[in-house]
Amino acid sequence: MMSAVTAGASPGATPVAAATGRRRSRAMVREAIWGYVFLSPWAITLVLFTLGPLLASLYLSFNDYDILGSPKWVGLANYVKAFTTDELVWPSIGRTVVYAVAIVPTALFGSLVLAILLNQRLVGTAFFRTLFFMPSLVPVVASAILWIWILHPKLGPVNWMIEQFGIQGPGWMSSAEWALPTVILIGLWGSLGGNRMIIFLAGLQGVPKELYEASDIDGARALDKFRHVTLPMISPTMLFNLILGVIGALQVFNIAFIATKGGPAFATWFFALHIYRQAFEYYRMGYGSALAWIFALGLLVFTYIQLRSSYRWVYYAGE
Amino acid sequence: MAERVATTAYTPYSRRRDASQAGARWFGRFFLYACVVVFGIIFAFPLYWAIATSLKSEPELYYYPPLFWPEGFVIGNYAEVVTKYPFAYWFWNSSLVSALTVIGVTISSVIVAYSFARFRYPGRDLMFMLTLGTMMFPAQITLIPTFILFRLLGWLNTPLPLIVPHLGGTAFTIFLLRQFIMSLPRDLDEAAVIDGANYPRILYSVLVPLMKPAIATVAVITFISAWNDFMGPLIYLNKPNALTLAVGLRFFQNQPSDARRFDHYMMSMVVMTALPCIILFFLAQRTFVQGIVMSGIKG
Repeated sequence: MMSAVTAGASPGATPVAAATGRRRSRAMVREAIWGYVFLSPWAITLVLFTLGPLLASLYLSFNDYDILGSPKWVGLANYVKAFTTDELVWPSIGRTVVYAVAIVPTALFGSLVLAILLNQRLVGTAFFRTLFFMPSLVPVVASAILWIWILHPKLGPVNWMIEQFGIQGPGWMSSAEWALPTVILIGLWGSLGGNRMIIFLAGLQGVPKELYEASDIDGARALDKFRHVTLPMISPTMLFNLILGVIGALQVFNIAFIATKGGPAFATWFFALHIYRQAFEYYRMGYGSALAWIFALGLLVFTYIQLRSSYRWVYYAGE
Repeated sequence: MAERVATTAYTPYSRRRDASQAGARWFGRFFLYACVVVFGIIFAFPLYWAIATSLKSEPELYYYPPLFWPEGFVIGNYAEVVTKYPFAYWFWNSSLVSALTVIGVTISSVIVAYSFARFRYPGRDLMFMLTLGTMMFPAQITLIPTFILFRLLGWLNTPLPLIVPHLGGTAFTIFLLRQFIMSLPRDLDEAAVIDGANYPRILYSVLVPLMKPAIATVAVITFISAWNDFMGPLIYLNKPNALTLAVGLRFFQNQPSDARRFDHYMMSMVVMTALPCIILFFLAQRTFVQGIVMSGIKG
């Protein structure tokens, strides 16, 4: 293929070469047309439902818009309001970051441990894989409702079990100090064994067997093999999971929206919840859009930092 | 490997080392099984509790210590939920949305991934970067304008806003399938070209048969996320009969003013909502893992 392309591109002087060149360029046009045809379903929906709305929300973020009237241009007022007069913004950003800092490393490490366990050819792996994956198969509302019930301070099984050790169980979601840790624990339960674990599992199974055999011959111990073979080989998978994990964690919304409603005393009032409240409960669509853009830019900065720093620790076998 | 070599050389020393190694190996296996079982219990317990609660009678909800094994096995709770609430509507709405989304996303993602993986045309790499870029944007940012758009179109309280935006595929599924096609040798396509096949034919009869595990993976991921989608239905649907299961569940949430508890109904609903995805994953998991392994997801 490569040689054919270079032959077509080289300025061949003979008539035969010119003829094949023309035929080749016609083939290239045909290929391009088919490429666009096959791309079109995605291109259309991307423009209509992602890129268009992106621009629209950027425009709205400079307006006052309550959905009933027409948008009124206010310049940077929404952004100024977000950073100065809206007292819920900074604390909610802080809370969201605390949540992400607590959950991302733990979930990354935990999913890797689970994937390693499932990669040991144990009897019943299929069964355990389903068990581990189950929390992420349960709809968020269902798991929120389920956890409210399980962590019920007076009727729930968890506090009963804690009581057997002679300790008074906490109020979990109904206590201002415990609400955020509780939401973090539920988040961990829901995400440890999910797609992240499967992607790690896939990464582990993609490590060439020869590398392990070679290190066996060198007399490497299990821990050495993990550090010097497994970790470098799965580092691209790690980066993939890290980036998607950070994006997912900073968008934390569901549990707080359904179970704690941002409370008690704003203890679980996350940034995504703040956006939702402003936009869809108070119908401040312009202000909500400004908050969403602040959010998006923050996420982009985070992602950029991660990608930049990844050159230091990610190893691509192909390069 | 190394031990097998050692056992063939019958020296007392190596035999002793063998025994201790076998001991360590046995202990290691035991430890691994213990870990797997402990994690299994942690992940499964809440669901066990949902099933147990769904079979309790109302008075049993208030027992303390809580009942770990329901006494009455009130299977009637399920019948109650199905008949007294718009469960049938919600189930139908969820099924319709999920089925159409799976069909749309899967077919479009295959076609678009083929375009990204095999064709050369101006703007391809830019489009691919844009596609990956959309994964980095939070969902909230497009939510407000799309809500306004669907409101203008009169699509609120219909399944359309939940289906139509996905009909061209999603960034993640397109990315997954593109990586998969890239791993297939190009010689296959070229052999088919020599045989006179056109592009749709190559995709349909050469590539698709080889992509089956990846396509199944995409279908399963899409089904689970469509079935469990919460944000979309929350914003676009509010009439009781138009809801999907994932938001219909909120019907049963106890209000602080409620004197009675409805947890037994709620939990039977939780079980019925979660069951289709759990069964699907259990049946598809082998293909599922294989599909992701073969696509070789990298950062």
